[in-house]
Amino acid sequence: MFATALIVFRETLEAALFIGIVAAATRGVAGRTLWLSAGVLSGMIGALALAAGADRIGAWADGIGQDLVNVWILTIALLMLAWHCIWVSTHGREMSQEAKQLGTSTRDGERTPWALSLAVGLAVLREGAETVLFVSGFVTGSNSGSHTMLLGSALGLLAGSLLGVLMYFGLSRIRPHRLFAVTNTLVLLLAAALASQLARTLAQSGLVTAWSDTLWDSTWLLAADSPLGTFLHALIGYDARPSGLQLAFYICAIAIIGLATRQMRLRQARRWHPNPVLGT
Amino acid sequence: MKTGFALGGSLRLLLAAMALGVCTFASAGDPEAGLTIRNHRFEPAELKIPANQRVKLTVHNQDDTPEEFESHQLNREKLVPPGAKVVIFIGPLKPGRYDFWGEYNEATAKGVVVAE
Repeated sequence: MFATALIVFRETLEAALFIGIVAAATRGVAGRTLWLSAGVLSGMIGALALAAGADRIGAWADGIGQDLVNVWILTIALLMLAWHCIWVSTHGREMSQEAKQLGTSTRDGERTPWALSLAVGLAVLREGAETVLFVSGFVTGSNSGSHTMLLGSALGLLAGSLLGVLMYFGLSRIRPHRLFAVTNTLVLLLAAALASQLARTLAQSGLVTAWSDTLWDSTWLLAADSPLGTFLHALIGYDARPSGLQLAFYICAIAIIGLATRQMRLRQARRWHPNPVLGT
Repeated sequence: MKTGFALGGSLRLLLAAMALGVCTFASAGDPEAGLTIRNHRFEPAELKIPANQRVKLTVHNQDDTPEEFESHQLNREKLVPPGAKVVIFIGPLKPGRYDFWGEYNEATAKGVVVAE
C-alpha cells in the first residue's frame, strides 16, 4: 500500500505544486477560483479520456503516439506560461502604477487568467492520465488486494495535494508587493522545467537526435528519486542526468521569455515617455 | 495592437528555436531491441545492445496491468498500457550497464541494458 501511495504521490506532486503556484500568482484576480477550477476539472475529464484511449494512442505513429501527445501538451502549456510571464511582468508594472494613483488593489485590473487556466488543465491532464491508468490497473487488472491499493492511491493523492496547498499558503505569506516577483519567477522556472521535459520527450520518441549525451551526473549530490530531488524536479525541473538538449531547451526558455519581457517593457516605456533617452 | 504584434513575434521566435532543435530526424537504420513485460517482470532481464548507437527499443506489455518503463541512467520514462507495444529510443550509450525498472512493480520488474 505504501508503494502505491508513493507512486500516486509522485504523479500528483507536479500538478499540485503547479496549481499551488498558479493560485498564488493569481491572488486577488476577479473570478480566478472559477477559472482555475474550470482548468482543473477539464484537465481531469481529459485525463480520464486520455487514460481510456491510452492503448490506442500508444500504438499511434509506430509506438510513439504517447510521446507525440505529450509533446503537444508540453508545448501548449509552455506557451501559456511564457505568455503569462511576459504579460504580467509588463502589465503588472503598469497596473501597480495605476493602482498607486487610484489607490486601488494592484490586481484589480488583470484580465481573466485564461492562459494559466489552460496551463493548469494541461498539467492535470498529463499527470492525471498516468494516475488514472495506474489506478485502473487495480480495478480491471489481475493485481490482488485492490482495496488496499485504492486506499494507498487515495492517500498518495491526498499527500500530493496537501503539498500543493502548503505551497499556496507558503507563498501567500509573502507581502503582496513582493508576491508578484516571486510567483513570476516560479512560473518562469516551471516553464523552463516544461521545456526540459519537452526536450526529453522529443529525444525519447526519436524525433530529435541532437545533443543526446548526458552532460553531468549529480546523483551523488542529489538523487532524482530522493524526496528533495523529486520535489525540485516538479518545481524547477531538476534532473540528475540531463542531456545537452534538455539544458539547451531550459536555458532557451528562460532567455526567450526574458528577452520578450524586456522588449515589451521597452515598447511600453517608449509609449509612456516618448523621450528617446531611456534608462534600461 | 502593437503589443500584440510584439508578443506574436516572440512566440514565433520560441517556435523557431524549437524547430531548430528538430533538425535531425530519426533514421530508419537504428538497430532494434525488444523487451517483454510478463508477470511484472522484464524479459530478458539483461538486454545487450550495441554501444555508441541509438537503439530503437520496443517494449511489449503482455500483462493486464499498466507499467511504466523508467530509468534514471538512460534518462527515460514511458508508460506501457496493458497489452500495448511502445517504442522508446535510447542512447547512443557509452559501453556500460544501465539499470531500468518498472515503476509500478519495482519489487519484481527490474532489468539492465548492457551496451557493448
